Amino acid sequence: MKDLSLHILDIVQNSIRAKAKLIGIEINELPKENQLFITISDDGTGMSPEQLKSAIDPFYTSRITRKVGLGLSLFKQNAELTGGKFNIESKLGKGTKVTAVFGLNHLDRPVMGDLVGTLLILICTPSATDYVFKHQTPSGEFALDTREIKQTLENVPISHPEVRSFLKEMLQENLEQIQITE
Amino acid sequence: MNRIKSLAGLKKLQSEVQSKIKLRENGDNPENLVQIKVSMATCGIASGAKDTMNFLIEELDHQGIDAIVTQTGCMGYCYAEPTIELTIPGKQPVVYGFVNKTKALEIIEKHIKLNEMVNGIIPVAYSTIDNH
Repeated sequence: MKDLSLHILDIVQNSIRAKAKLIGIEINELPKENQLFITISDDGTGMSPEQLKSAIDPFYTSRITRKVGLGLSLFKQNAELTGGKFNIESKLGKGTKVTAVFGLNHLDRPVMGDLVGTLLILICTPSATDYVFKHQTPSGEFALDTREIKQTLENVPISHPEVRSFLKEMLQENLEQIQITE
Repeated sequence: MNRIKSLAGLKKLQSEVQSKIKLRENGDNPENLVQIKVSMATCGIASGAKDTMNFLIEELDHQGIDAIVTQTGCMGYCYAEPTIELTIPGKQPVVYGFVNKTKALEIIEKHIKLNEMVNGIIPVAYSTIDNH
């Protein structure tokens, strides 16, 4: 993966496949501690202890279309390459939580990339899945909850082109305001 | 200075868009619309499926073509990512491989607008190892 936003998009696909209704994406930048936290949590089907053990094995997947599952292992590898940590918790019927800690100023940390594009792909799809996105930096915090957005929109679909371009500008402006790292 | 867009602004947009939606009611039936599924798993994402999908959504909107662009899992054609499945109303779905922005534009111009298939179709007869 070229950047962190692609990792987020990739890991969230796991949550979608686990039939999650609510997916949380949280990014927390701590320049003082030189840490960047990325947490993705869901209320999907979760994994059994055996599945959880093999989840980060690149040769394990629950798919039948192919025989490798690289998403989590690539994410873990990239985090650990920057002196960070990786953790995954899961309970059957409860959901899964993936946390990766990156060294914020580490030379090998991938850039954040097109975070707005990633969020738009996830949010602006006609599906029943809701997202709670939160991004914290020392300059402030930006939070977005698609349940609030859908309530405001009433019967206008969230995938409508005009809504999409509105949300694009809203995300860009707010993320610029809290000065997220590249 | 413009204020940063927020939910209050979204409410205003909602009432504007809603009145437009009422004018065209047939837009609600997905079977009458062009449907595109973009394969969005690790293999697709690593090959640029995100850019392809955002390009498709923006270009179709720009050209005023009503279409539903959604994401789907891995279709098993990892060697040919990014892949898309295109369904024209009333026709069988077609899978295209190696869809970058140039290819995506060609598909819009020829297949969607003129109904002429372009190079890069993955035949239905192709099967993965698991099917044998």
